[in-house]
Amino acid sequence: MTTTPSRFMTVWRKLPIVRQVRQAVGLQRGMLVAGLILTGIFLLTALFAPLLAPYGFSQLRDDDGPFGAQVPPGGAHILGTTVGGYDVLSRVIWGSRTAVLVIVVAVALSIFAGVLLGLVSGYLGSWIDRVLVVISDAVYAFPTLLLAIVAAIAISGGQSSFWGGVFAAAVSITVVYIPQYFRVIRAETVRIKSEAYVESAKVIGSSTPRIMFRHVFRNATRTLPLIFTLNSSEAILTLAGLGFLGFGIEPSAAAEWGYDLNKSISDVTSGIWWTSLFPGLAIVLVVLGITLVGESLNDLADPRLRTRRRADQSAPVVETAALRTVDLEGNETPIDPLEARS
Amino acid sequence: MSNTVEISNLEVTFATDGGDVKAVDDVSLTVAPGEVLAIVGESGSGKSVTAKSVLGLLPETAVSRGAIMLNGREVIGMSGKRLRELRGVDVAMVFQEPSLALNPVFTVGWQIAEGLRAHGKVSKRQARVKAIDILRRVGIPEPEKRVDYYPHQFSGGQKQRVVIAMALVLEPELIVADEPTTALDVTVQAEILDLLRRCRDEFGAAIILITHNMGIVADLSDRVAVMYQGKLVEEAPAQQLFDAATHPYTQKLLAAVPRIGSGASRAAARVVDREAAGGEKDVAPVVVADNLKISFPGRFGTAPFRAVDGVSFSISPGEVLGLVGESGSGKTTIGRAIGGLNKVTGGSLQVLGHEMLGFKERKFREVRSEIGFVFQDPASSFNPLLTIAQCVAEPLIVHGHAEDANDARSRVDELLEAVQLPRAFGDRFPHELSGGQRQRASLARSLALRPRLLIADEPTSALDVSVQAKVLELFAELQRDLGFAALFISHDLAVVDMLSDRIAVLYKGQLVEEGVGSDVLENPQHPYTQRLLASLPVPDPREQAERREALRSLTAVD
Repeated sequence: MTTTPSRFMTVWRKLPIVRQVRQAVGLQRGMLVAGLILTGIFLLTALFAPLLAPYGFSQLRDDDGPFGAQVPPGGAHILGTTVGGYDVLSRVIWGSRTAVLVIVVAVALSIFAGVLLGLVSGYLGSWIDRVLVVISDAVYAFPTLLLAIVAAIAISGGQSSFWGGVFAAAVSITVVYIPQYFRVIRAETVRIKSEAYVESAKVIGSSTPRIMFRHVFRNATRTLPLIFTLNSSEAILTLAGLGFLGFGIEPSAAAEWGYDLNKSISDVTSGIWWTSLFPGLAIVLVVLGITLVGESLNDLADPRLRTRRRADQSAPVVETAALRTVDLEGNETPIDPLEARS
Repeated sequence: MSNTVEISNLEVTFATDGGDVKAVDDVSLTVAPGEVLAIVGESGSGKSVTAKSVLGLLPETAVSRGAIMLNGREVIGMSGKRLRELRGVDVAMVFQEPSLALNPVFTVGWQIAEGLRAHGKVSKRQARVKAIDILRRVGIPEPEKRVDYYPHQFSGGQKQRVVIAMALVLEPELIVADEPTTALDVTVQAEILDLLRRCRDEFGAAIILITHNMGIVADLSDRVAVMYQGKLVEEAPAQQLFDAATHPYTQKLLAAVPRIGSGASRAAARVVDREAAGGEKDVAPVVVADNLKISFPGRFGTAPFRAVDGVSFSISPGEVLGLVGESGSGKTTIGRAIGGLNKVTGGSLQVLGHEMLGFKERKFREVRSEIGFVFQDPASSFNPLLTIAQCVAEPLIVHGHAEDANDARSRVDELLEAVQLPRAFGDRFPHELSGGQRQRASLARSLALRPRLLIADEPTSALDVSVQAKVLELFAELQRDLGFAALFISHDLAVVDMLSDRIAVLYKGQLVEEGVGSDVLENPQHPYTQRLLASLPVPDPREQAERREALRSLTAVD
């Protein structure tokens, strides 16, 4: 590493996540890496579910006949079977697919609407802003789960196909999240609106759409990856909540952790632990992993929260004075901190 | 008697994202009791870090080596508890920004008493008596009443007095004052400097004064230490340093300080140039303000705030008008109104023949290409996600002179060269440039469309003196070559003097004096202008002592 790094390495080091991992130190690095590992496992499981799962998600029998209900872990069913006679391991693995799909659809739907509305509302202000803020506040005032239930009923109409279920869950989550993205982007926009570079664009004579999209938009969306990760974990929880309450996806359409948890309530008191433990564990680990990534990214993005290595007394000092030097003629030479790093 | 502080071979290293940075390198200093030591240097020279390490106030990422003896005790490596006992009693700190150093939700009396409570048991009544006493001694009128006031009920200068009172209440032997007047207006600055002088005379405290302003150094200090890139380059008694600086850096620093009276000859030369160019006397002025009024809507139920109240002036083509005033005088508001960023609420303001009262953005857009604007803060006036070349090309693209940034690149390169920046800087991002370079790029952007009018809103107030001198020189040069008219806004009379043909002085939204630069500065008519001039510290201790007396007699009359 001390010799000149190859072109590939320099590009590699500047990739979003890689850069942060290199930047992080100590506990923060541990949190980030743990989160990345958990999230990575989750995504890989979802991707390779057909290969990993021993059975299909709605499979009740194989060549040897029916699985049987509430079979304890071991033998053909490593994690046992549920009260409905499904294989627990397969359901958990297939469930990750549903979760990923719901996150993707929910975030994709809410992010575009939320960002656009936030940008327009924050930059233009006036009555548009007031109306949109009141609406988003009103949405906030509802219990999110209740709102999601109403949306789920309205969308699926009680029917439940795979995509219908996924969309019902995703759209109901979207309704709750648009105000969040709206709020964040609006706050950023209002802040950026008073920055000197926006004013200088105005003085130059740029048109309003040009200022909004060239100058404000890209600067306002810097925090989005952070909200994105934090919201994904909330999306999973909402999906699980919907499933648990019986508004999720039918077991014949797709595997869904919340639904399985719901069906296992009666098992808990009769000592059948495996039907509730594994879907529950899956939810906890995925939410934990995504939250860890989100929180670490959040901390790393903020120089005040970012921890650094203590200055090493014996190590050679990279720079002598500060991030720039002023020579005797008054000419300044700034030193780019990223370039200065060997 | 032994020294209050002895710093020997101090080294401070910071851990940053870019590797370790040595901020202070082998610095040795002493301060005797009752002495004022000024540490001077530009930003990044390590002057603040040196002073703060005396209080053990360095962030966690810093590692310091060497020795700091405070009253015979070693500060470096001291435990948090011991340090807390030390702070306030042996050494106290006065911060740069008084409005940030005071907690807005507690009364000032409470905040002063907190220092007392931290060092021994004091009853509420005793603490209050002491707080009132110290407030009186720092010159707060009616201290019995105002001890229960909250920070927002004080003006900026009074807030700084309260901060100084907090530092003085335990009668420390050393006060560290970190740029104590940078956030204040010149006339207030003179009062605070007076107070600091009294701190030494009446309380017998030694003072470490950190500043970048040579005038303040001349005003207050007994001894001066000059820092450059973390090293101590020169240390001498104040008079000796100003008379005969030995280190070349100190000489350059002193030469870069703008002085009043240097602009008269330049202005005269410009007038001659202009008349030689064709004596365009009948040409319509670029900007005409007639009884201009600008007010901002107050909060619900309160009267609107009138920032500019009946101001009249005009700027002829090719002329530089310097607009001077303290914060809140309305100078920036006028500049922004000309640039179409603030609405005019009364009177008349003609910009390039366009009436700004009741202005419509759509109609004004055409005129915008003839106006350039340079903002105060070089850190935020560029979109951080665009390269310098893209930023400079923006006006060209917006007004249809170029398709995109690549198309405009040759013109951008020309512009960058005009402001003496290497072409390669076009590919850098704003954060990769220093403050002075960014301000040059900002100048390049504002000149991209060859405007007839340039508005410069405090373009150099965020820069170090030596950098400021360079930028001002460049500005004067470009103005001479391109011949644009300019409104130059600044709080610094000396800076305005260097560039302007005429000077207008604003005070509380009103124009109190306007005239040819040399007239206003040499023979000010309005008492406010006189006070403003007298408050400006000059970088020469002997002359400054005389000026101090002059100011005292001026304020005594009021």
